[in-house]
Amino acid sequence: MSVTTWKEKLRDVVPPSVEREIEIYETQMELRRQDKLDEKIFAESRLRRGVYGQRYDNGQRQDGVRARTLDYPSGALTKGPSTMWDAPGMQRIKIPFGEVTARQLEVLAELAEEYSDAICHVTTRQDFQLHFVHVDDTPDLMRRLAAVGITTREACGNSVRNVTGCPLSGICRDESFDVTPYAKALSAFLLGHPDAQDFGRKFKISFSGCARHACALAHMHDLGLVARIRMEDGAPRKGFQVYVGGGLGAVPHEAKVLAEFLPAEELLPTAQAIARVFARLGEKKNRGRARLKFLVARLGFEEFQRLVAEEREALPHDPRWTELLRENAGPAAGSPAADEPYEAGPAMEAFEAWRRREEGPTAEAAPLPAPPYPEGFQAWSETNVAAQRQQGYFAATINLPLGDATAPQMRRIADLSRRFNGGLVRTTVEQNMVLRWVSGADLVPLYRELAELGLGRPGAGTVVDVTACPGTDTCKLGISSSRGLAAELSKRLAARSFQLPEAIKDLRVKVSGCFNSCGQHHVADVGFYGVSRKAGGRTVPHFQVVLGGQWSENAGAYGLPMGAVPAKNVPEALARITDHFVAQRQSGETFQAFVRRVGKAAVKGALDDLTRIPTYAEDASFYSDWGDAREYTIDDLGVGECAGEVVSLVDFGLAASEREVFEAQLSLEGGRTDEAGTKAYFAMLHAAKALAQTEVVDLADDPERIVAEFRVRFHDTERFHDPFAGAKFANYLFAAHQEPANAFTTDDARRRIEEAQLFIEAAHACHARLTPTV
Amino acid sequence: MDAYRWNVKLEFAPGTRIDLERLIPIFHRWIQDRTLDELLIDVADYRHVPQGPGVLLIAHDAHYAVDEVDGRLGLLYARKRPASGSLGERLRDAAQKVLDAGLALEREAALGLAIPGERWSVRANDRLLAPNDEYTWRAVEPELRALFDDLYAGARFELRKEDDPRGLFGVAVTAAEKPGLAVLRERLAAASLPLAATA
Repeated sequence: MSVTTWKEKLRDVVPPSVEREIEIYETQMELRRQDKLDEKIFAESRLRRGVYGQRYDNGQRQDGVRARTLDYPSGALTKGPSTMWDAPGMQRIKIPFGEVTARQLEVLAELAEEYSDAICHVTTRQDFQLHFVHVDDTPDLMRRLAAVGITTREACGNSVRNVTGCPLSGICRDESFDVTPYAKALSAFLLGHPDAQDFGRKFKISFSGCARHACALAHMHDLGLVARIRMEDGAPRKGFQVYVGGGLGAVPHEAKVLAEFLPAEELLPTAQAIARVFARLGEKKNRGRARLKFLVARLGFEEFQRLVAEEREALPHDPRWTELLRENAGPAAGSPAADEPYEAGPAMEAFEAWRRREEGPTAEAAPLPAPPYPEGFQAWSETNVAAQRQQGYFAATINLPLGDATAPQMRRIADLSRRFNGGLVRTTVEQNMVLRWVSGADLVPLYRELAELGLGRPGAGTVVDVTACPGTDTCKLGISSSRGLAAELSKRLAARSFQLPEAIKDLRVKVSGCFNSCGQHHVADVGFYGVSRKAGGRTVPHFQVVLGGQWSENAGAYGLPMGAVPAKNVPEALARITDHFVAQRQSGETFQAFVRRVGKAAVKGALDDLTRIPTYAEDASFYSDWGDAREYTIDDLGVGECAGEVVSLVDFGLAASEREVFEAQLSLEGGRTDEAGTKAYFAMLHAAKALAQTEVVDLADDPERIVAEFRVRFHDTERFHDPFAGAKFANYLFAAHQEPANAFTTDDARRRIEEAQLFIEAAHACHARLTPTV
Repeated sequence: MDAYRWNVKLEFAPGTRIDLERLIPIFHRWIQDRTLDELLIDVADYRHVPQGPGVLLIAHDAHYAVDEVDGRLGLLYARKRPASGSLGERLRDAAQKVLDAGLALEREAALGLAIPGERWSVRANDRLLAPNDEYTWRAVEPELRALFDDLYAGARFELRKEDDPRGLFGVAVTAAEKPGLAVLRERLAAASLPLAATA
């Protein structure tokens, strides 16, 4: 009798414990179908298995003319609050430190074909995502992944997300040591760990082999680990510099150093102790304040540090702390355990030999042969190929456009991996893939194959390699089309890549669809995030321009927004910013140093005319987003209460607030932190006043009165509430209003500015919701 | 053969060039006007992907795309939700859907597209119930022959099993005549009448 279910077909392949988990999930699905399981509980259950909602999953969609109900066959059945059962969703697939086998690539391709849109998307956290997936298909999808050793467990939800790691670990010239075994061990240790199941929000971990590069972005993680070697009694010892409390999101926080040197064998217990403190004391009700960064801020860093140390002391010994490290460091016999001291002698050679066996370069080490080379090879090799520490071997980056690969491309990449490096590929946080251990002799044939696949694009890790989150394409929170903009920017930059001045080739450009920074705009040289503005009764897609971020040194600094530009003017804005840099750059000056030197006001001045929105009659294209023909809207609700000239007063007031928040940035640039914090507060206050004046026309400049009126009229009525973040932005104003306006540290002032920017954006959104739409 | 999801692709004439950007407003308008007989949801833009699916029209039951993922430009109907009926009915339903969408594309003057209708590929979007093997081929071939006999009204055509062992089970169809989509659609409707009458 033929097999008719994946469950049956994979019965001997899927581990029983995983099959049991999937069966439980299937039961939850059935209970939900019968309305015997609360939709909120089911939502968190599926999220913890990586099953996300997607845009329009509330069953409503603006088709460009009208809001329309999507009449799904399952009717009113939901898979979460305001989330229709039949609505297409997204499946996130965890790939710890981005390492994926050839066979896994093939299965991902199969799943993309059968359940998704035949595209595998690499995310900025080294995961894969499949879009437009029906929830009914997810159990089989999970089984097929489990059969090749992949889990989607805890890919979303309030859990430990994918553990990311430097894609060059083990082969990088600058690393302290290979972090791979540690990333693998910690990932396995925390997966399903009882101490990591009761968080109020997600928890992100990253490993980097060095402090210098950005490969793992340690500074922007809840727990960032940077490999370090310390000499003890004349011998080298492996360990980590430990960062905690970092995060991007709406208000980014730079991580702080919890420990300058944590011995490697202490890694797992310390991570467990942090998880326990976070679970016990972290915020659970207010999602907007529930990340670890808020707990660290609330407790104070020293107290947090003390609590973690206390927790670590109290932990009962768990043999897995060391077992997992040994298991993941390679076979016990003849290879050094991961917790053995690093040395560039026989032990390290043995470890490298084991890694090579695992990845298995298929050819002897060799230098790159002399020219002639095929067309395009030279440019590709200059940007996409890095020499490994191991002489004669190279890491080749496949530059995936916006992180996307088709199913046939995935299969061919699997073939190439088997042929050239023994069958292992790594994804990167820049949404690319890396083939390591390629012999120099194989680089030309590899390039030919990639070029034939359409994947021979040069420019990996350069200005043309624009990163973007899903944005309005599929994300429920997206405000503007980050992918549409990124594709346009990438196309224009690539078209003139040979004429691009050297100074800008290595800049990073990153785009997010909203303030949440999934596109990592805060750590780009030039970042953009989606916002909207109202003009002539219509809504116009915009992007905030974010300058001053630092990609290197593991995301060493965060940029700040300096003004919104209509989406259609962003390519010109980027060209002007980079031209300005090229023209005025001093010898050897980095972009970040340049922005600091000339000041944001000068850069902003160069963009002033681009902020003007033409009328609809002058140029209707400004009223649509990139890659989307519909007239742009963020508002399905239609007509509100405000009208006429009051609207222009609100616009005027909000524009003044934006000016004030920009001035706050200038104060911060000048080191006047108290002034910056105070200005940011007043920017919020005046935005609140602009809204409140629509109902209290003679509202005076009394902060108490403004806050009180705003609270009663916009907060308490929930009219100011963000559809997803609720009262989060209003609370920024209330908190700032209560706090004394002095003694701001740089971090405090920066945070206050970010909050003010978000408050103003929320005021724009509120205004847009309450304004009649043409 | 219990495979419930079948993809059908109608290839464009060799050398056809389509400005994919023009498809974006067209597909959005199709959603507004409910041009196709199913729940249309959204448009996905993959123009940036070389040898990719181009621009997709996302529906609840299926996706439509002007794609060249397999190296051949054409209109793809890719079934995602299980279809009902017998195997023959499912194949005919997929053929009808792609013909309807193809006719709608031909009506878009901005594209200037004429699809000759002599080259197809039919793929089972289900590796479990229709694995890429001889058994599936033996089970599907008679149904495909019946379908294309109806479509080409007895004219010569050739079925060839595609040979990528890791790909979906697929059959390439090449006909000797190029009747155009309107004729194909009429023939399919005529051939399906008895089925409809008995349903």
